Amino acid sequence: MKKTNAGRMSIFQNQLFIPLAALLLLLLFNLIADPNFFKITLGVNSSGNPVLSGYLITILDSGSELAILAIGMTLVTAATGGQDISVGATTAIAGSVLLRMLCGSNTRPDTLRMPILLAFLISCVVVMLFGAFNGVLIAVFKVQPMIATLILYTAGRSIAAWINNNELPIISDPAFSYFGTFIPGIPIPTPFFIAVLCMIIIAVVLKVTNLRLYTQAVGINEFSAKLNGLNPVFIKILSCMILGVCVAVVGLIKVSRISTINYSVIAQNIEMDAILAVALGGNSLSGGKFNMTASIIGAYVIQCLTTTLYKFNVRSDALPAYKAVVVILLVVFSAPVVRERLSSLVKKIRAKEAV
Amino acid sequence: MKLLKKTRNLSDTNLLFIITLIVFFAMYIGAMVFMGSSFLKPQSFFNILNANAALIILSCGLSLVMITGGIDISVGGVTGLITMCCAVYLDYKGGSVLGAMLIALAIGIIYGVVQGFLVAYLEIQPFIVTLAGMFFARGMTTVVNTAPINVSNEEFTALKNTRIIIPFLGSVNKKGTYINAYIEIGVVVALLAVIVMFCILKWTKLGRSFYAVGGNRQSALMLGINVKRTRFCAHLMCSTLAGIGGFVYFLHVGSGSASHASGAEMNAIASSIIGGTMLTGGVGNIIGTFFGVLSLSTIQNIVSAAGFDEAWWTGITVAAMLCLFLIVQSVVMAVRKKK
Repeated sequence: MKKTNAGRMSIFQNQLFIPLAALLLLLLFNLIADPNFFKITLGVNSSGNPVLSGYLITILDSGSELAILAIGMTLVTAATGGQDISVGATTAIAGSVLLRMLCGSNTRPDTLRMPILLAFLISCVVVMLFGAFNGVLIAVFKVQPMIATLILYTAGRSIAAWINNNELPIISDPAFSYFGTFIPGIPIPTPFFIAVLCMIIIAVVLKVTNLRLYTQAVGINEFSAKLNGLNPVFIKILSCMILGVCVAVVGLIKVSRISTINYSVIAQNIEMDAILAVALGGNSLSGGKFNMTASIIGAYVIQCLTTTLYKFNVRSDALPAYKAVVVILLVVFSAPVVRERLSSLVKKIRAKEAV
Repeated sequence: MKLLKKTRNLSDTNLLFIITLIVFFAMYIGAMVFMGSSFLKPQSFFNILNANAALIILSCGLSLVMITGGIDISVGGVTGLITMCCAVYLDYKGGSVLGAMLIALAIGIIYGVVQGFLVAYLEIQPFIVTLAGMFFARGMTTVVNTAPINVSNEEFTALKNTRIIIPFLGSVNKKGTYINAYIEIGVVVALLAVIVMFCILKWTKLGRSFYAVGGNRQSALMLGINVKRTRFCAHLMCSTLAGIGGFVYFLHVGSGSASHASGAEMNAIASSIIGGTMLTGGVGNIIGTFFGVLSLSTIQNIVSAAGFDEAWWTGITVAAMLCLFLIVQSVVMAVRKKK
């Protein structure tokens, strides 16, 4: 309790404190339960490349998608004061467009129809358009963000199946699988590099441009932002489109991992994890100030939790139940009402001690 | 514009209700004229009721919460959980139907108390709470049992197959015999729920305070309404209705499965919005919600009758319909505000 009181004086410390403490707690738990959690071995995979393996590598590897989504989700949360719950469904769309562009109507192509980069850019544009659709509903028609994105949450996977005529194209080109697995000769999984690249880009953007200031201004008070000459509608749509780019990158990684797609399973429940990452980072879910670093650390904490649960043989379909409990505990302890009660309780106890 | 001016004397609730009614009757009559035979039979109308009894109950609960300005997306998950729990109880333990009903109600009430407490007294965003509730229910369903279960309990199947004949309405089938139209027991429960909820909203103090809290929380507080208790009641009633709706759903499908009622929350929200409930709170009508459900399933029937019968069209239709009504609401309200 002392620590949170001290943290209140400097907000920055406080925000990084929560996710880092959670991460340490999880790692400590694993250290006590089974030290093998930290073992990293250098092995050789089926195609003869040296690869690193171990639980920590798994966290870094599968946490990348979540970290990338957390970047976009943080911006959307800050600007609109709500969350985008369609990211899983739009990931399916991104993957579907990517495969459609690479394969055409042939589901088992020997050669790709176009360079992977071009296909990725097209899927990027498509998903950005879907992001803009969400953004227009939120900013122009003033629909609550979660309800606006509920539309694509329902329709997204259907649209993804529709794009490819419900067929499941399989890509045999080994170059395509580099994005989701390993590049020959490099033992560290590629998604990790992509995630780091995204983090560097967003760090540079936040440093160089006024994006952070404008987003926070719109999130804190839309009306006064407007009076100061900002265009809240544009900022909100922009944040949704940036999330679209993040979703396209995640779609590329997800599809590349298995070289094909499963419309109903791809990126399932990822929206929950992404929102959780933002919340765990100590960002207010009703918009305003944000801390990108805390969100990204939050994403890796979630992945750490998931991996830990898997390690203890929790079935994947029962996983949401455990995570839901974590979310509830998290929001209960970060709720202003509860915090006030707790701090007044602490004061009372201290007063008694003083007497 | 002129038309909108004329509606100035109508309250928001009534205006949106009338739009819903017009849309529903235009769609159904249009389908009767253009789609022909299958929509002309009375039974096809009652089949919509039979298939959507549970959805009507869920939507009623959701409308209540939405009128107070909240949202509950856990209803589908709760329904799934209830089908599984009841199926396991009836099949493995040889339990009675009454016991299953009590289980369903208990799950609903527990959900309502927990979510209501978190939303109303701890002031956590309802969407986050109920999203977690949904994931919890979905996860718990597979913890209770992974594989789908078909219930073979005799008492239960007897109740499931009970059909209430509607006199004077029926149709002649291909063999030339006359068949009476029928409804299932669930429909009676659903209609009762609609009537009870309508009365509560219209004529009780609690019902009026729902509107007051949704319209403007601050002024409701100043009027001396216990805002926290009202929001708690809304969530409690919504989840209790989800419990009843869950059992009706179970009665309709007769099995327990983790995939049951997936997307039901979405359909329920869409129905409420189509029925004229505003997401911002304070505006809504249970009868409108009832017609919202009917509109939604009518358009689904029309789409599949028109030849778009692949699975993905359902999702796309519901989403398009929801999107359309959201925009209509937003535009209508913006125009009225300017006056």
